Amino acid sequence: MSDHNYVPSSKLGKWFNDRLPLLTLADHLKEYPTPKNLNYWWTFGGILTFCLMTQIITGIVLGMHYIAHVDLAFDSVEHIMRDVNYGWLIRYVHANGASMFFLAVYIHIFRSLYYGSYKSPREVIWIIGMIIYLLMMMTAFMGYVLPWGQMSFWGATVITNLFSAVPFFGEGITNWLWGGYSVDNPTLTRFFSLHYLLPFMILGLVVLHIWALHVPGNNNPIGIDLKKPSKDTVPFHPYIVIKDLFALLLFLIVFAFFVFYSPNILGHSDNYIEANPLVTPAHIVPEWYLLPFYAILRSIPDKLLGVIAMFASIFILVILPWLDTSKIRSAIFRPIYKQLYWILVLDVLILGYMGAMPAEGIYLLIARVATFYYFIHFLVILPLLGKREKTLTVPLSITEPVLGGSPNPQMVKKRELG
Amino acid sequence: MKNIIKLFFLIFLSSIFLTKAYSAGEKTDLLTIDWSFKGFFGKFDRGSLQRGYQVYTEVCASCHSMKYLSYRNLAEEGGPEFTQEQAKAIASNFEVEDGPNSDGEMFTRPAKLSDKFVLPYANIEEAKVSNGGAYPPDMSVLVKARSGGADYIYSVLLGYEDPPEGMILDDGVYYNKYMYGNKIKMPKQLYDDLVTYNDGTLATPEQMAKDVVTFMAWSAEPHLEARHKIGFRALIYLFIITILVYFSMKKIWSRIESEV
Repeated sequence: MSDHNYVPSSKLGKWFNDRLPLLTLADHLKEYPTPKNLNYWWTFGGILTFCLMTQIITGIVLGMHYIAHVDLAFDSVEHIMRDVNYGWLIRYVHANGASMFFLAVYIHIFRSLYYGSYKSPREVIWIIGMIIYLLMMMTAFMGYVLPWGQMSFWGATVITNLFSAVPFFGEGITNWLWGGYSVDNPTLTRFFSLHYLLPFMILGLVVLHIWALHVPGNNNPIGIDLKKPSKDTVPFHPYIVIKDLFALLLFLIVFAFFVFYSPNILGHSDNYIEANPLVTPAHIVPEWYLLPFYAILRSIPDKLLGVIAMFASIFILVILPWLDTSKIRSAIFRPIYKQLYWILVLDVLILGYMGAMPAEGIYLLIARVATFYYFIHFLVILPLLGKREKTLTVPLSITEPVLGGSPNPQMVKKRELG
Repeated sequence: MKNIIKLFFLIFLSSIFLTKAYSAGEKTDLLTIDWSFKGFFGKFDRGSLQRGYQVYTEVCASCHSMKYLSYRNLAEEGGPEFTQEQAKAIASNFEVEDGPNSDGEMFTRPAKLSDKFVLPYANIEEAKVSNGGAYPPDMSVLVKARSGGADYIYSVLLGYEDPPEGMILDDGVYYNKYMYGNKIKMPKQLYDDLVTYNDGTLATPEQMAKDVVTFMAWSAEPHLEARHKIGFRALIYLFIITILVYFSMKKIWSRIESEV
């Protein structure tokens, strides 16, 4: 941690700071020593904070106009789109914002996987992150139900029905979730309530996530422990602030492109049909960001085992810091892990694609193989690989190249090859 | 700089990948025309919207509701842009139920600008019984409610054909090349000169289909023109500020020996 002996320059500041050290906190955030070799993959933390705030602010405004009732929900969304001033903009930012949020969170998670950011001493940051991710999925799922279109209704029916697979209590649990005997008004109102609550829980966890980050400090592309502050670090402000801002703006360009020029491309057209419990859509598909899990769920023929596999695929990530036995963090110095990492990325993309396809024939077969590989990667390959892999020599610092190290991670890479 | 471009492309490519993956399996052999409202600067063709409204009232409205439209929308910016007087005159052609009055009675009166489009049927059951058991869907957001959007509806309107050999259709079911499952309960609607356009446009089925689909596209997305306009400005603004921030960043990072 940085300078705790901060003294505000003004008398009032000092008076206040002695009673509540907010200025000390601000100073800590400003001076927070950050590795100077962070690449752009590290800018997604800031982007995600922005996404969360965007969702909360647009969501609060939407909540002022939305009506959580089965007869009125769909109409109230159309009212927002037509008659509320800039309602279309707020809703499209919120709807596409969810997709952008997940795009960013997946990049953030996969960055962590590549550079081993989940390893000691950052396990708690990682676990909090996984809880945030889980809450995000719940929030997004419930948010998708609120417009009360066909996909809302049938998505809610399929997902809540998963709990009926629980032995003995299955039916009781689903009825309890629904507040009745099917997805209906009580389900919609409680989903609205929870959809409003969970983002604030996420916000609280984000504070803990950042707090936990500020104890050991950032990991970095080389994955070595740094002396802080030192020649290897820069103060958070202005160096990281401006860089995060730059990356955020690039991200916003893509975001704006979706919002203004193809706002509905990431949604399903069936969700512009009002929910009808008597008509089932031809294909019930979740939002794209849940597709890999949907593929895992469907690739197991038994319902209960499918549900277990789906939850296990997330739980495995929680215990990842103990599954990966390698002491070396960054994939830069783990030649075999680096290749397996890209295979995992491909595997998850394939799972996502299969989740959008009907569960039959060749698609189902591919989904099964990909599911199997997903678990093998985490449960078998990672524990064994950490013990056997011949890693490359890790430099001792970023600035003072020792034993093949270099100020620039790109250079390190080149040296490996050469 | 190379890293930045790489990253930016990655975000962009992955977003394209997921849109492709998500919309995979859509029909792609639809009839398509060059819609004026597509693209960066896409705008609705006013004439087409006004003609489309005519086709809607004269042909579609006897079965299909457009419950999210009000008569005032017809005079609003970015829509058909009838004059206020024209829109009032249009509204006054329709009777709506109002009340109760001071005697506690319901009464009918001519529609006003603030009224919603009058519905053809009192309820879904009445709509079904009048249409051989099929419910004519509300057309307000139909363009967004069908994959393929405007192209799809345009294709269905023009996709009536004789059924292929050996296909037996029930009474009141028609063969349509583009309809999902190829069976549709709506008979072919658009024939030459079915409506008479005031502006002298030739009322071919293709023309009427184009006009009414344009009208439906506007109804589904009434703020599309504002969206395109604001979007373009937002992107220009973002590009400029991104460039400025990039050079500020370079300047700040030049103080230390490291690259961004």
